[in-house]
Amino acid sequence: MDILITGLLLSGTYALMALGLTLQYGVARIMNLANGEMLVAGGFAAFALYTGAGLSPLLTLFLVAPVAYIVNWAIYQIMLRPLVKRARSRGELEQDAILTTFGLSFVMVGLMVWFFGGDYFNYSYLARGVVIMGDNYGLNRVVAFLCSVVLCLGLYLWLNHSKAGMAMRAVSVSPQSAQLVGINVPRLSARAFALGGAVTAVGGVVISTFLTLDASTGVVFTMKALIIVIMGGVGDVRGTILAAVILGMVETIVATLIDPGLTLAAAYALFILILLFRPQGLFGKKPA
Amino acid sequence: MKRRTALMTSIAALAIGAASAAWAADPIIIGAVGPKTGPLAGGAVVSHWPNIQLWVSEVNARGGLNVGGEMRLIEVIEYDDQTNPAETIKAVTRLATQDNADFILAPYSTGLNLAAAPIFDRLGYPQITSTATTDQAAELHAQFDNLFFTLGTNSAIAGDAVQIMADLRDAGEMGNRIAMVNVADAFGIELAAAAGPAFEAAGFEIVYQTSYPLGTPDLSPVMKAAAAAEPDAFVAWSYPPDTFGLTEQAMIENLDVAVFYTAVATAFPAYAGRFGDAAEGVMGIGGVNPESAAFIDYAARHLEVTGQAPDYWASGMMYATLQILEQAIEGADTLDRAIVTQYIKDNAFDTVMGVMDFDENNSNASFWTVGQWQDGVFTGLASTGREGAVAPVLKDGWE
Repeated sequence: MDILITGLLLSGTYALMALGLTLQYGVARIMNLANGEMLVAGGFAAFALYTGAGLSPLLTLFLVAPVAYIVNWAIYQIMLRPLVKRARSRGELEQDAILTTFGLSFVMVGLMVWFFGGDYFNYSYLARGVVIMGDNYGLNRVVAFLCSVVLCLGLYLWLNHSKAGMAMRAVSVSPQSAQLVGINVPRLSARAFALGGAVTAVGGVVISTFLTLDASTGVVFTMKALIIVIMGGVGDVRGTILAAVILGMVETIVATLIDPGLTLAAAYALFILILLFRPQGLFGKKPA
Repeated sequence: MKRRTALMTSIAALAIGAASAAWAADPIIIGAVGPKTGPLAGGAVVSHWPNIQLWVSEVNARGGLNVGGEMRLIEVIEYDDQTNPAETIKAVTRLATQDNADFILAPYSTGLNLAAAPIFDRLGYPQITSTATTDQAAELHAQFDNLFFTLGTNSAIAGDAVQIMADLRDAGEMGNRIAMVNVADAFGIELAAAAGPAFEAAGFEIVYQTSYPLGTPDLSPVMKAAAAAEPDAFVAWSYPPDTFGLTEQAMIENLDVAVFYTAVATAFPAYAGRFGDAAEGVMGIGGVNPESAAFIDYAARHLEVTGQAPDYWASGMMYATLQILEQAIEGADTLDRAIVTQYIKDNAFDTVMGVMDFDENNSNASFWTVGQWQDGVFTGLASTGREGAVAPVLKDGWE
């Protein structure tokens, strides 16, 4: 039971890291290697507002989300749109996007070092125990898990039961055909990228309540998010959630029953297994 | 055409520069390399970079260093090594060959210093480290004659921690059960390897021991398992993110121990800043004598010039190595690196950490090993020959 709850709480954290990237990669076709930096930037905003103005991170969410949306929309329009325009194939776009966003990640690290310094940023928020079924858990992790559930559910419902969501899914499946049925693909891609960035930044706000961040930690989150998105199957929110749950569970089981030293090894072993036996990811479709 | 204009401009600038340089004494070029980004940047911006800023501003405010009867200002050239040893080596080479640095400050952390030792040695620069701990000083000295160590040895750091707990146990203040964890990185592995046998030799029972990878996002399984083993003391050879993470998990689990020890970052002001009263009684690596007039004065200047307080371990040591370099240059009265290096070996230096000199292995033998948060200050509990150690107190809950 203890393992189950600890694992679920960790899964929630992982889902927060990866959801945004799913949208960005799945719909906008941008493999965003600056994903982790966007997450850290969200965390920094939470830190600055909490220590500076005493604003609760749960309120910061509502401030960070629109700002991140606009910033990411601008990044897409200025930096990535030209790449999309000139790319002759999907492979070419991915390659260009990876290089560009890799560069962007350095720019963002530099900006954050410049603004905030390279110091560790952390604060204490809801760092007290809460008893669930006889065991102690960090309240901030429980809150993060709830946030993650709300986000996942919201995104899933929106993608599957709204017109805009359906259009997003259409672009994700086939940009060319989507265009044929009158969907404005460039505009939608920009929105998907912006939304993904906003979700990631929100994840950063929530994660900053219990993880210690500094300007350079982004790459750690990018790596985890990449694993989860690829494991889940590109562009499928359900797959991302399932992959996050599996990863969180496996890591917790290994840490509790075998050895905490093997969590990383277990995570990558799982990744390799899925790549070997289901290269398209858990929910991905086999390329025709 | 454009290029030629640029070229002409730079030639003109060079000519003007050379002309104006003839008026004043050339500055002394000091190279500095360390992490501004990457995994260790968070520690370097606490212990490494602010001290360089403080030192340069103070020396230049005095009019510079007196070399050969001439006051010469210091000019620092800084490089970010991204916490990447290859970049450290590249930056040191560049400082020596292209920037013509007169001296190069030792990089940050044990790993980056060891990586850079061969290049410092080959280029003939003294390397006075302040953030490296090692048990291999003798072997390293045999290889690299210009390498100096100040921060201490792993065996003394681990040994003194064990000794403090053994004393508490022998006084009947705590039991015999130890939970020990370490970050799976050279630093954590070496200290755990030194502490394990020391605990057993002192008659302790290690009831839980494990390692965890650097950057583990969830340390709650570690803390839960440690708590389940019902230890009397919890010891973690940890790095900053996990030092914070483990402490928070201990608070959540309400870990009931007589001694709670975490390693790097415990001595950071940010630790008390984050945990407030809960930090009270937490032991950690390092320490200073917070009562010493030299340290109090240094801490005040550090705060004034850099806007942040120094930590209670490596910060003072970093500043001390800068003082050593400064006193050696003025004492030897030359910028000749071989002569200055010899001067460092032969003399004792008055620093903010007390008088410092080097033994036959170029190691400073007197350093702080264990400290503890007491009344909001991280105070030294044990050292190898420094004054001002206070008695430990037991960890009394997390409220």
